[in-house]
Amino acid sequence: MGKRSIETLVGLFVLLGILGLLFLALKAANLGSFASAGDTYTLTAKFDNIGGLKVRAPVRSAGVTVGRVTSITLDPKTYQGVVKLDMQRGVQFPSDSSARILTSGLLGDQYVGLEAGAEEKVFAPGDVIKSTQSAVVLESLISQFLFNKAADAGSTAAPPPPAGMKK
Amino acid sequence: MMTNPLTVLGRRSLNVLRGLGHNATFFADLLRNIPAALRRPFLVIAQVHAIGNLSLLIIMASGLAVGFVLALQSYYALVTYGASESLGLLVNLSLVRELGPVVTALLFAGRAGTSLTAEIGLMKAGEQLAAMEMMAIDPKSRVLAPRFLGGIVAMPVLAVLFSAIGILGAYVVAVQLIGVDDGNFWSIMQNGVDVWRDVGNGIIKSFVFGVICTFVAVYQGYETQATPEGVAHATTRTVVISSLSVLAMDFVLTALMFTHR
Repeated sequence: MGKRSIETLVGLFVLLGILGLLFLALKAANLGSFASAGDTYTLTAKFDNIGGLKVRAPVRSAGVTVGRVTSITLDPKTYQGVVKLDMQRGVQFPSDSSARILTSGLLGDQYVGLEAGAEEKVFAPGDVIKSTQSAVVLESLISQFLFNKAADAGSTAAPPPPAGMKK
Repeated sequence: MMTNPLTVLGRRSLNVLRGLGHNATFFADLLRNIPAALRRPFLVIAQVHAIGNLSLLIIMASGLAVGFVLALQSYYALVTYGASESLGLLVNLSLVRELGPVVTALLFAGRAGTSLTAEIGLMKAGEQLAAMEMMAIDPKSRVLAPRFLGGIVAMPVLAVLFSAIGILGAYVVAVQLIGVDDGNFWSIMQNGVDVWRDVGNGIIKSFVFGVICTFVAVYQGYETQATPEGVAHATTRTVVISSLSVLAMDFVLTALMFTHR
């Protein structure tokens, strides 16, 4: 094999290595992300608590993925989490639709669930989803449950066991 | 003649020390000859071709297979806990931190290390190295240093490609075949993998393994006994010694890199 062609092949080899490194750094690690350009429009939703929602999590309606979360920021005035959603252009939602943060499975990852409303007008690009419901935080749920239990036990005295019943 | 156990112990220790010292001076010799090799870049490029380009197929095929299997197996474990979307993260971290550098180094020792040892060993058996010395050409700078450099250049590239192909393989299995969510697959991966801590340390590892594997191969080839059996033994020793040192070194590097965070 000629000197020239060996040099070309080695150049190709090194180039392949650089491409692999770029892939690892950009696509498979946190050094920026390829923008998913496409036919989309943006909606904004504000949540009191976003729980464990992450950027690029899916937006689902009736379980079907219709968009992606593009950014999550904190509103410095209202202290709410501002979630920007990239919606597929083909899917239009009534302007009274509501957004909730849901979890896939008991321990799964969180996503934004959109429930369609009844309004005839649809969301225009850039609109804000008004009715939202925060993520369920397991700790507050448990503490609420325990609190209720304690309150129940305190208010009603334990009824005596029926006569004749064996322990 | 009877030798008392103390003498045996002393002799063995001295032999080990002598071996280590010989390795170290040989390594220093190689490093000294690197500038001479760099003055003839084509020698190095030809070695990168022989060591790197020709190992591409086996490295990429293995990477793909490892990615496939890793994704398939860990899916069944993760889906029990509803965490199947962390599959990408799991595969990525295992590949980039450990499997990429280590498995590539093991394959590298088998594919490229043996051929280096056999080539240099046969050169020595055929007295080509001696002939070079007669012509006042230092075989260390003409034969050994370019091969050493070629191996050091090729190994990190191969390891990066191994990891990249493995992740793509896992993507094909997880997203295309099993149906894990595309966006979550990548986003959880991107949230959990740090460029410098994970990818960078993986590349440092593969560089170190490249130095180890190529050095062992070149050393065994150069120090072989100039007989067919000698070359056969040297080739076997190359694979055994490089694999064991890579595994031992991997433990040390992992302990240094990933325990304090």
